[in-house]
Amino acid sequence: MPAGAVLVGAFQNNQDNPTLSNVRLLFNHPYIDAYRTSIEISLTTALIGGVAGLFIAYAAIREGTPKFLRSGLTTFSGVAANFGGIPLAFAFIATLGPLGILTVFLKDHLHYNLNSQGFSLFSKTGVELAYMYFQLPLMILVISPAIDGLKKEWREAAANLGAQPWQFWRYVGLPVLMPSILGAMILLFGNAFAAYATAYSLTSGSVNIVPILIGAYYSGNVLDNPHLAQAMAFGMFAVLALMMLIYIPLQRRAAKWAK
Amino acid sequence: MGEVKARRFISPSAVVWLLLAAAYFIIPLFATLLISLKSNQTGNCCTAHNYGWVLHNGDFWHTLRISFMLALETIVISLAIFVPTIYLVHLKLPKLRPVIAFLALIPFIVPPIVMVVGLLRTFKGTPAWFYQQPWGFLAAAYVILAFPYMFFSLDAGFRSIDVHTLTEASQSLGASWTTTLFRVILPNIRSAALAASFLTLAIVMGEFTIANLSAFHTFPIFIQYVNESQGFPAGAVTLMSFGITWAAMLSLLLVGRKRGQSSRIIAGAR
Amino acid sequence: MTFLQLENLHRDFGTVKALNGIDISLGEGEFLSLLGPSGCGKTTALRLVAGFDRPNQGRIVVDGKDVTNVAPNKRDMGMVFQAYSLFPNMTARQNVEFGLKIRGQHKHDRSHRVDDLLELVGLGHAADRYPHQLSGGMQQRVALARALAIEPRVLLLDEPLSALDAKVRVQLREEIRRIQLELGITTLYVTHDQEEALAISDHVAVMNGGVIEQMGTPSEMYTAPLTPFVAEFIGTMNRLDAVVIDGGAGEVEHSGMRLQVDAARGRRDGERVLVLIRPESLELEAQTNGATPNSFTGEVLTQTFLGPVTRLKVTGSGTSLIADMSTARAAALPVGARVVAKIPSEGAKLISLPDDGPGLPVLDPDDQ
Repeated sequence: MPAGAVLVGAFQNNQDNPTLSNVRLLFNHPYIDAYRTSIEISLTTALIGGVAGLFIAYAAIREGTPKFLRSGLTTFSGVAANFGGIPLAFAFIATLGPLGILTVFLKDHLHYNLNSQGFSLFSKTGVELAYMYFQLPLMILVISPAIDGLKKEWREAAANLGAQPWQFWRYVGLPVLMPSILGAMILLFGNAFAAYATAYSLTSGSVNIVPILIGAYYSGNVLDNPHLAQAMAFGMFAVLALMMLIYIPLQRRAAKWAK
Repeated sequence: MGEVKARRFISPSAVVWLLLAAAYFIIPLFATLLISLKSNQTGNCCTAHNYGWVLHNGDFWHTLRISFMLALETIVISLAIFVPTIYLVHLKLPKLRPVIAFLALIPFIVPPIVMVVGLLRTFKGTPAWFYQQPWGFLAAAYVILAFPYMFFSLDAGFRSIDVHTLTEASQSLGASWTTTLFRVILPNIRSAALAASFLTLAIVMGEFTIANLSAFHTFPIFIQYVNESQGFPAGAVTLMSFGITWAAMLSLLLVGRKRGQSSRIIAGAR
Repeated sequence: MTFLQLENLHRDFGTVKALNGIDISLGEGEFLSLLGPSGCGKTTALRLVAGFDRPNQGRIVVDGKDVTNVAPNKRDMGMVFQAYSLFPNMTARQNVEFGLKIRGQHKHDRSHRVDDLLELVGLGHAADRYPHQLSGGMQQRVALARALAIEPRVLLLDEPLSALDAKVRVQLREEIRRIQLELGITTLYVTHDQEEALAISDHVAVMNGGVIEQMGTPSEMYTAPLTPFVAEFIGTMNRLDAVVIDGGAGEVEHSGMRLQVDAARGRRDGERVLVLIRPESLELEAQTNGATPNSFTGEVLTQTFLGPVTRLKVTGSGTSLIADMSTARAAALPVGARVVAKIPSEGAKLISLPDDGPGLPVLDPDDQ
């Protein structure tokens, strides 16, 4: 399997003689900042996207919501989860860029100047906002089956035993969903962490995240050092592995009641 | 027993959440649509001129063709590799299944940017007809990228049929291995293979990272080029790209719905 | 003294009238089963009592207080669901404890009560298991303990045994009854299994099409059904469509045969009636030459072994009848034997049928 070779290729940091200097370099400026920004963006969009996605999915599934809204949302999520990269960046520039439709509308009609309020689409916040466009649908797709698995009997049994709706969620609903929520959020984290094209196109490569830094070395904009790029790729692995190390015990605790 | 509904109307909080979601999802598309209809010269609405510009652009057709052919090549190669492999695994080597399932997760976990680093290093020094051609290097990369989607889709397809009985029945009637595979097994996993193919199509048509870093001119690279250089036509290209994803995903859903199997619809064009 | 009262309850789902005027009154500590086929409205009625649904009309009174519009979590009703209602993320103990925790009871008191309850349902040893580690029967025991933990004013059971194996079903229903009697708790029990309802209830209400057809003690329901539907639904019943020909002498006619039925005395001549005969009160004998009065001649069509009793299906002259007799005696009447079935003139019941129309309920007696 070529995938194995890819792994090895990314891990080796020097073809001629093995050295740790490239990996050590990662802990220096500007590389460590890139990792911090990448992790911040991934955590933020995983948490907010995860929570908001959960609420949206629940809103579409819960009793009383017409069925067509749910199937519409599922179909759209299937598309939007795959709608990333360049087109997505453009759509957001068209909306919230300096001359974007929404920016102009807010300025002309509501006299609210987004940019003078400190908002820039090309900043970290802007990237996070755009990432939500594929993070939310991914969360909706992944968590919907778990919400479907919540049985009506549990809610009724809880009410019957005297529980308020919030008590049902506190003691039954959320604990039952928790393993799925954690699993979905780690997926969202990895999804945002790996994202390259959207941020690249949105900020023309100016936001300092790890994939863009790696890309910069390959496009030859900065000095060409493939070994350093490989070290940075290895660093991404290390971060993902670290996340798994945090995730696995959490997951085990949340799912101790399950099969 | 009649379905008993505690709640007979949509809940207000559900309305709020769904409206927020709708606004967030629809406004950027709407803004793109407005931009795409603006005139390049005057900046006024509304003209289809930008769409005309795109459709009369040679690079549009050229890159679209490259991406589409690449997608087809990826699909054909992937199916040619994975259908017999997974068939064999289900038939003879069921113990290998978890191993392959784990391998299939790797391209899913490894960020594309890391993958391209590894690939460029691995394939460095291969002949120019491979390394410098999209049909060689890029297709190889996309086969790897498509591996998880191919595997999980096909695996589900194979699991839903009785491979052993079908094979034995076919061979007891005198069919050869190839006849069995093409005439008996393939028709039975057709919709799984179709689903995997549409997913691969969507991935390849939107893949930017690997193509950009290995300097091939595919459709997403063209979009990026228009994006940077032509304001209003970029809106038109963006919507067209969105339309391609829609078409691929809707075909996938239609194929999936027919068998009532839920398809994996998470791909990576970030 | 009425403890639980359902007054004129109506509930419509669209054009379907799930409940069309239900009246029930139940004394404290009594056990009432709502019995009927699926779609008869029994579960709807139970859910109205639990508060999961509101009636379009009518009221529910518990211990003198109208609770019709009280939220389910304020009603103090313990409910046991059909299946899968245990909280999967909690052990058996935590499940039972849930209602007490919600009520803010002290931890120490809680754990004593929970232990007692788990002991009561025979699960003291499985307290720390999660639901998926318990068998279906054990899960329903925990569900029962959980419902009882809050000392509910009324215990509601919604087909709690229908997802279980036949053997566990019988065992558990006896335990439900034992515990109910021990605690003296007013109980409403929904089931479609007539045997179950007759076995454990003080009273049975047979429902059909959103109304109660008949309510009474199990023996009343069994021996004196008032409507064709009840006759059909409770136990196996032979029914002969007949016309009263001599109300004075108590004679009816069924497909050309004159039958003596005591219950027909005083009926109007020409009235259409249904003659009901339990299989066990039908006497079968090998046919002899002499004519037997008040009987019906036929041929044994099938024999079904039911343990100590064997059920014979006899057919002849356009009618078929079912008779139960001891297995030892049934051996003398093999399939194909000519037999005489004696209609008991005292044991048979009569139900009036409307003069026109079909009247016979469409239910297959073999169905049960």
